[in-house]
Amino acid sequence: MFEKALTGSRKYWMLVFSLAALFLPGFFFYFRQLSEGLVLTGMSRDVSWGLYIAQFTFFVGVAASAVMVVLPYYLHDYKAFGKITILGEFLAVPAVIMCMLFIFVDMGQPFRILNVFLHPTPNSVMFWDTVVLMGYLLLNIIIGWTTLGAERKGVAPPAWVKPVIYISIPWAVSIHTVTAFLYAGVPGRHLWLTAIMAARFLASAFASGPSLLIILSMIVRKHTKFDPGKDALQSLAKIVAYAMALNVFFILLEVFTAFYSGIPSHRHSLTYLFAGLDGHTALVPWMRVSVVLALVALALLIYPATRRNEKFLLVGAASVFISTWIDKGMGLVVGGFIPNPFEKITEYTPTVPEILITVSVWAAGFLILTVLYKIAVTIREEV
Amino acid sequence: MIVNRRELLKKAGLAGLSVIGGSALYQLISGDRVLAELKNSPSKSTRWAMIIDMKKCARDPGCADCMDACHRAHNVPTIADPKREIKWIWKENFSHAFPELENEYIREDLKQQKFIVLCNHCDNPPCVRVCPTQATWKREDGIVMMDMHRCIGCRYCMAACPYGSRSFNWMDPRKALAEDQINPDFPTRTKGVVEKCDLCAERVDEGKIPVCVEACKEKALIFGNLSDPSSEVRKVLSGRFTIRRKPELGTRPEVYYLV
Repeated sequence: MFEKALTGSRKYWMLVFSLAALFLPGFFFYFRQLSEGLVLTGMSRDVSWGLYIAQFTFFVGVAASAVMVVLPYYLHDYKAFGKITILGEFLAVPAVIMCMLFIFVDMGQPFRILNVFLHPTPNSVMFWDTVVLMGYLLLNIIIGWTTLGAERKGVAPPAWVKPVIYISIPWAVSIHTVTAFLYAGVPGRHLWLTAIMAARFLASAFASGPSLLIILSMIVRKHTKFDPGKDALQSLAKIVAYAMALNVFFILLEVFTAFYSGIPSHRHSLTYLFAGLDGHTALVPWMRVSVVLALVALALLIYPATRRNEKFLLVGAASVFISTWIDKGMGLVVGGFIPNPFEKITEYTPTVPEILITVSVWAAGFLILTVLYKIAVTIREEV
Repeated sequence: MIVNRRELLKKAGLAGLSVIGGSALYQLISGDRVLAELKNSPSKSTRWAMIIDMKKCARDPGCADCMDACHRAHNVPTIADPKREIKWIWKENFSHAFPELENEYIREDLKQQKFIVLCNHCDNPPCVRVCPTQATWKREDGIVMMDMHRCIGCRYCMAACPYGSRSFNWMDPRKALAEDQINPDFPTRTKGVVEKCDLCAERVDEGKIPVCVEACKEKALIFGNLSDPSSEVRKVLSGRFTIRRKPELGTRPEVYYLV
């Protein structure tokens, strides 16, 4: 099937080469980072995770959200998702690969990565995160490839793939739960130390992932003969609306607990993020954009007339995506480190090399996505 | 017997997987032998701890003997940029070392005084719990150790430590060390690994006391065995009121402060 990715229109190759061009500068800077160290980034003793881990956290959610098409289609036989399911699965694959790349570029000693497997450590959440992410990648490659291959031959998928699909459903939930536990299990970082962290992660995942899927489906529909179907997009829009409403509700719960209890350490990070703390306001504009976009998205997606209008749906989906990208990326990760354990404030701003390396990983992810979608779409066009 | 290619690949794959899985399982059960040997302490009846007498420490506010001695002994580089600093033992204001104990009307001397802070060698260390490679672990005598050759530089331990005791080598630390300063008896580090105070485990194993304790001319640092009821640390702890940093987090820090 892979040969389908090797032939294509001018437009396809233009896309492939532009993504490759976006990939290159960061690739160069990564080698500089390898030789000089993470001093190339804006991270510090106090804010020891930054843009890379923020992207990692966000994309675990995007990956997990494939379950929002897989579950209705395979468990409830929801026919409207018949065509879009492969796009969901093939979105999960590059999303997990991006997660792995973001972890890799964040490591101080990346060539020691095998130590994670040479010295398996069941008490470390990071060990489990590695295990579940690799498993999830494998599951989605197997499921996507097998079902698409069967479709190409015009036969039903082999029987053994059904149980694999069923496993992938709780597995998707597990990757995001375990990723939330990375944060929710450490003492002394009050923004993270919350029992609803995993619930928040799942809500924001089921908002951000399907919203990206809506955007991607619209792009695919515009440029190819493959149409995932109007009903599928509308159902996804409802999923996004509910999930985003839950996500915003969960954030408000955090705000209530922190401010009504009045415990200073619980308030500080939230104050820093949304209003600034002791004159430090680096993330405030970003967080406010996130809030505004969340409200815009909720209005557009909850009100039926705008949700059914695909122009507004596109704006709503993009708003959800950007809003959660800010809040669950930089907001969550950097906010957790401010103030530091001494209640002092060191702010964080990513450097140009750091941003270019991040762009590189995005480009690599979208390149893989383009290739996988090209294969899926070409086969669909033929059938 | 005819074995088709597909079948053969399937079986080879299964065999491969079971070998990998089996050895991982074996390691999980048996533990890592090298690490197990490192974990062996001279006696299980040892639990090292430290008491910092801030009254004595206050006698010479400008003194940095303990820090200088530590940094020299452990090849800790001096890096001017506070964002990239490596710290093993340093000074903080009372309000920063004990943010939850601060109040407006607190004793003037406490307000002014700089507190000595270092790794607390917790009895329930979150850094050890989160490390994905066991590059940081707790010895049976309580010292929280760091294997800088195994560390992958993920910095999860830095996120987990509620005391800010861990430093990451953002760049090559050797470049910040003068050739003639280097102590050949202690390794220098590479970029990309985390480090912290090791309570001079290498000296303790030879029956010596940590170098910071030895360097303090006021004898403000007291090092000793908590498991020994007749030790000086036990006598001080039972006789006078001490405080610890953030005990409410359940980390059981083993550095005590006499204020």
